[in-house]
Amino acid sequence: MHPVIKLVVQRLALGLLLMLAVSALIFFGVEALPGDAAQAMLGQSATPEALANLREKMGLNEPMLWRYGHWLFGFMTGDMGVALTNGESIAKAVGGRLGNTLFLAFWAALISVPLAITLGLVAARYNGRWPDRLISGITLATISLPEFVAGYLVLYILAVKLHWFPAMSMVFPGMGVFERLSAIILPVIVLVMVVLAHMMRMTRAAILNVMQSAYIETAELKGLSPLTVIWRHAFPNAIAPVVNVVMLNLAYLVVGVVVVEVVFVYPGMGQYLVDHVTKRDLPVVQACGMIFAAVYIGLNIFADVVSILANPRLRHPK
Amino acid sequence: MRRIPISALIGLILTGGFFFVAIFAQLIAPYRMDELVGGVWDPISATHWLGTDSIGRDLLTRMIYGAQVTIFVATCATILSFVTGSVLGFIAATAGGWVDQALSRLVDLVMAIPTLILSLVILTALDVTMINLILVMGFLDSTRVFRLSRAVAVDITVMDYVEAARLRGEKQGWIIFSEVLPNALSPLVAELGLRFIFAVLFISTLSFLGLGVQPPLADWGGLVKENSAGLVYGIPAALAPAIAIAALAISVNLVADWVLSRTTSLKGGRGA
Amino acid sequence: MSNELNHLLARASKGLMSRRDFVGRAGALGVSAAMASTLLATAARAEEPVKGGLLRAGMQGGESTNTLDPALAASPVPFMVSMTYGDTLVDVSPTNEISYRLAEEISSSADAKEWKFKIRQGVEFHNGKTMTAEDVVATLKRHTDEKSQSGALGIVKGITDMKAEGDMVTLTLDGPNADLPFLMADYHLIIQPGGGVENPAEGVSTGAYKVTSFEPGVRIAFEKNANDWDSTRGHADQVEIIVINDNTARTAALQSGQINMMNRVDPKIVGLLKGAPGFEVKSAAGRGHYVFIMHCDAAPFDNKDLRMALKLAINRDEMVQKILGGFGAVGNDFPINSAYPLFDESIPQRPFDPIAAAEAYKKSGHDGSPIVLQVAEGAFPGAVEAAQLFQQSANAAGIPLEIKREPDDGYWTNVWNVSPFCASYWGGRPVQDQMYSTAYVSTAEWNDTRFKNARFDELLLAARGELDQVKRKAQYSEMANLVRDDGGVILPMFNNFVEIVADNVGGWITDANQELMNGKALQKCWLKA
Repeated sequence: MHPVIKLVVQRLALGLLLMLAVSALIFFGVEALPGDAAQAMLGQSATPEALANLREKMGLNEPMLWRYGHWLFGFMTGDMGVALTNGESIAKAVGGRLGNTLFLAFWAALISVPLAITLGLVAARYNGRWPDRLISGITLATISLPEFVAGYLVLYILAVKLHWFPAMSMVFPGMGVFERLSAIILPVIVLVMVVLAHMMRMTRAAILNVMQSAYIETAELKGLSPLTVIWRHAFPNAIAPVVNVVMLNLAYLVVGVVVVEVVFVYPGMGQYLVDHVTKRDLPVVQACGMIFAAVYIGLNIFADVVSILANPRLRHPK
Repeated sequence: MRRIPISALIGLILTGGFFFVAIFAQLIAPYRMDELVGGVWDPISATHWLGTDSIGRDLLTRMIYGAQVTIFVATCATILSFVTGSVLGFIAATAGGWVDQALSRLVDLVMAIPTLILSLVILTALDVTMINLILVMGFLDSTRVFRLSRAVAVDITVMDYVEAARLRGEKQGWIIFSEVLPNALSPLVAELGLRFIFAVLFISTLSFLGLGVQPPLADWGGLVKENSAGLVYGIPAALAPAIAIAALAISVNLVADWVLSRTTSLKGGRGA
Repeated sequence: MSNELNHLLARASKGLMSRRDFVGRAGALGVSAAMASTLLATAARAEEPVKGGLLRAGMQGGESTNTLDPALAASPVPFMVSMTYGDTLVDVSPTNEISYRLAEEISSSADAKEWKFKIRQGVEFHNGKTMTAEDVVATLKRHTDEKSQSGALGIVKGITDMKAEGDMVTLTLDGPNADLPFLMADYHLIIQPGGGVENPAEGVSTGAYKVTSFEPGVRIAFEKNANDWDSTRGHADQVEIIVINDNTARTAALQSGQINMMNRVDPKIVGLLKGAPGFEVKSAAGRGHYVFIMHCDAAPFDNKDLRMALKLAINRDEMVQKILGGFGAVGNDFPINSAYPLFDESIPQRPFDPIAAAEAYKKSGHDGSPIVLQVAEGAFPGAVEAAQLFQQSANAAGIPLEIKREPDDGYWTNVWNVSPFCASYWGGRPVQDQMYSTAYVSTAEWNDTRFKNARFDELLLAARGELDQVKRKAQYSEMANLVRDDGGVILPMFNNFVEIVADNVGGWITDANQELMNGKALQKCWLKA
C-alpha cells in the first residue's frame, strides 16, 4: 500500500477510536457531576419516594457500564433519547438547531477562509509595506474586541441606527433561503471579524517563515514574479500550520458561537446546549457534546490528511 | 542596533504603560476600588475623569484595578499555556511514534469538547478563585499551542539538519532547544500575542457568564459586562474598558510583529 | 369638562378604575350617574380596537427546555404562552377584583369551606370539543397529583373533594379559605380538555389564540381562535412570542421595529431611551420584590440582633435609585405592600441607620468573622450590584459583610433555599394569605428564611377563614410586624414592571398583577391601522 494511503487510513481509524474515547469521557464525566438527573428534574420538590420512582423510571439504577453501552448504541442508531426537562425528542430538537448552526458556520466560513488566506498572501507579498500594515492593523482591531462588544456595536450601528439589516436573526422552519440569508447577515459579519485575524496572521507568518528557505531564493533567482513564488512555492509548504488554524476556527464556528447566538437571537446549538447545561439536562448535554466532538474530530482528520498530502517530504519518503 | 520601527515603539510604550499601571495600581488609583462616590453613570468630570460606573464608583479607579486583574490573569495563563503546550508539542514532534500518538490523541480528546462548556463545568465544580481561573485557562489553551507547535516542529524535524543532528547522536533535549525551537520561534511568537489577547477575551467571556473574578474586583471584560446596558448608548463606563481591551491587544501585537520580523531576519542570515 | 374628570375618565376607560368607582367619583364632581355612563362609553369607543395583523412580543425568560404543559410553567415566557392560549376560571382584575372567565358565578358556604363555581356554557376548546364542568374538575385533579409536578400544587392541595354536577363544580376544602377564588386565577390552572391528563403539553384550551408553532426558547406562534367565546379580545390575526433573553438585543429589536412590545426593560437605560421616537416606556407598580434572605436557624443568623443589624445597615433609597432607576419603592422587610388588599399603611418604614446598625451588631456579640452573602447575576436584575451596595453600607456600619458571586448555573438548586444568606426575588401573589403560605409559614417548602413562629402560623390560619375584613386586616398587620422585626428577610425594594410598547400598539392598560398586562397583552392589544 502506498504510504500516504496507509497514513490516511491510520488517521481515520484513530479518529474512530478517539470518538469512542470521547464518548466514554463525556458519558462518565457528565455522570460524575454532583447530583443526578432525577434530583435535577425534581429540584426543590424532591421527596425520597418521588426520587426513587423517577430513578427507577429513568433506569438510573442499572449498572453504569450497561447504561453507557445502551446510550452509545442508541446514539449510533440515531436515538438520542428524550430531554429530561420537556420530554421532547433530542434528535428532533438537535436536528433543527444543528442545521441552523451549520448554515451560519457555512456562510461565515465561505467568506472568512478565502478572505483570510488572500489577505495573508497579500500581506506576506508586501511584507512591511503599507498594504501589509493596513491589513494587519484592521484585522488586529477586529480581533481585539470581545465578541459581545463587537456584536452590540454592529447591532446598534447597522440595525438600530441605520436600519440596514434586521436586528434579530430569528430563523424558523418554512423560511425561504433568501429570507434566511438576509436574517443572518449581522452574525456573519461579527463571526468573520472574530475568526479572520487569526487565520490571516497565521497565513502571513507561515509564508514569511518559508520565504527564508533556500529553495525560495532559488525560485526568486529564476526570475519568477513574487506572487508566483508565494503561490507556487511558498504557500504549499506553509499549508500545514495554515490548515491547522483554519480547522481550529471552523470548529469554533460550529461549537463556540454561544455569545453571538445570544446577541442576535439565533436559534443554534450553542444556546440550546447552554440552556440545558444550566438545567442539568444530562442526556442533552451528552448528545450535544458528542455532536460537537464528532464535528471537531472530523475537521481534525481532514486537517491531518491535508497536511500529509501537502508535505512533499511525507508524500515521498526517502 | 537596528532602529525600532515607529509602530513597534508605540506598541512597546503602550504595553509598558499598561503593565506599569497594572503593577502600581494601588498607588495610582485616585479612589478606593469599591468606594461609592457618585450617581449611576455620572458623565466625565474633573473629579471623575472617566465618569462613574453602574452603581456610582469612579470608573478610572475601576479601570486601573481592572488592568491589574486582567493583565495578571492573562499573563499567567498565557505563560502556562505556552510552556506546557510548546514543550509537549516539541516532544511529540521529535519523539514521534507512540509518544506523539498518545499526546496528540490526548489533546484531541480534550479539544473535542468545547472549551467554554468544559471550563463552565470545571469552574462550577471547582469554585472560582483566581488560581483556578489561571489553571483552567492555561491548560485548556495549551492544547491549542500544542497543536500549532507540533505542526510546525513536524515540518522542521524532517529537515536535513535535524536528521544530521540525530545521526550525530544528539540528545532529544538538545535537538529540541538547538534545532527545533529557534526555527519554530517565529510562528510561535506570532501566536503568543494572539493567545494573550484570547486570554484577555476569554476572561471577559467567563465574566459574561458570571464565572470571572469575585466582585467588587473586576477585570476589564467584567467592567464591560457590568456596564453593558449602556454600551449602545455610548456610556463611557461601557466603552472605556472595551477600548482598553482593544488597545492592549493591539499594542501587544505590534510588539509581537516586531519581534517576529526580527527573528525572521535573523534566520535570513542563517539561510544565506 | 374639568381636568379631574378627564383624568378619571382616562383611568376608567383604560381599566384602571372600575365602572362603579368612576360613576361614584364623577358624582362627587357633580356629574349625574347617567351622564357619567355616557361619558365612559364615549371614552371607551374613542379607542376602538383594530382587527388583523401580526402582533409580536419580545420577551426575556424563555429557555429551550420549556414545555407547553401549563403545570410546569415557571418563567415569564411559559406564563405568557399559557395566558395567550388558555383560560382560567377567573382572573384578578387590574383593580384587584375577581373577574369571571370560564366560571360565571361563585358562591361559598358561610364558613368558606365549600365553594361552588358555575361553569360557562357553550365554550369550545381549540380541538372542537365543548368545555364542561368535568374538564374543570379533571384539570384541578391533575394539578393535585404529585406526578404532574405542578407549580400550583400548593394551591390545590387544600382541596379535599371536587365534584362536577351539570354546570356546577363544587370544591370542598380542608379548612376555611376566604381567598379561594383568587387562587383559581393562578396561571398554571388553565382549563384543558380532559384536564390534560392524556397529553398535558398539547397546547389546547379555550383562549383567544391557538398555538401553531412551538419552538421552545426561540419562538411561539399563534393564530386567532375563530370560535372564541369572548369577542372583546383577540384583535390581531396572528400573534408571536419571540424569546430574546439578552437585554440589549431585546431593546434593539424593538427599536428596529421587529417586535411591538417587550418585557423587563433594564431600568438603567430608561433615561437613555428618552427622546427616542416610536415607543413608550410603561411602568406598573406591582407586588414583586427583591430580597436578601437569612436562615433564622443557622449561625450567625440565628441571632436576632445580628439580623436587625443587617436590616438597619441597608440603604434602601440608594438601592431604589441605583438598582431600579427609581422604578420601584422601598421595602420594609415584609413581603406585602399597598398593592395587596388589607395592607396596613400605619407600619413605620424602617430607616437606613448605620449607628443603630453598629449598636445592634455589637449587641449581637458576633465574632467579627466575615459574613458571606451569596449572590448571582440571575438572582434578580442588578443583584450583584445591589450586593456590592449592601456591602458598602454594611462595612460603613462596621459589619464585616463579604460577597461571593456564584454562577447563574445551578443557583436556584445549589444556593437558594440551601445557603444561609443569599439574594433572591419573589414575584408576589394576588393575596396576602398566598404570599405568606408560600414562603413564611413554618411548614412551607419554600420557607427560604426558615422563619418558624407559632404565633404567626396561628394568625395565618385564623385570617384565612376570617370573613370580617376589619379583624382580618388587624391579623395581617400583626403578622407583618412579626416578619418585619423577627424574620430573616431583608427586603430593600419592590420592583415595578418596566416594559416598552411601540406607538403602533393600541389597547395597552396598566395591570400590575404580572408582567405584560398580567400576560394578556397579546390578546387584548391591537395594531393601530
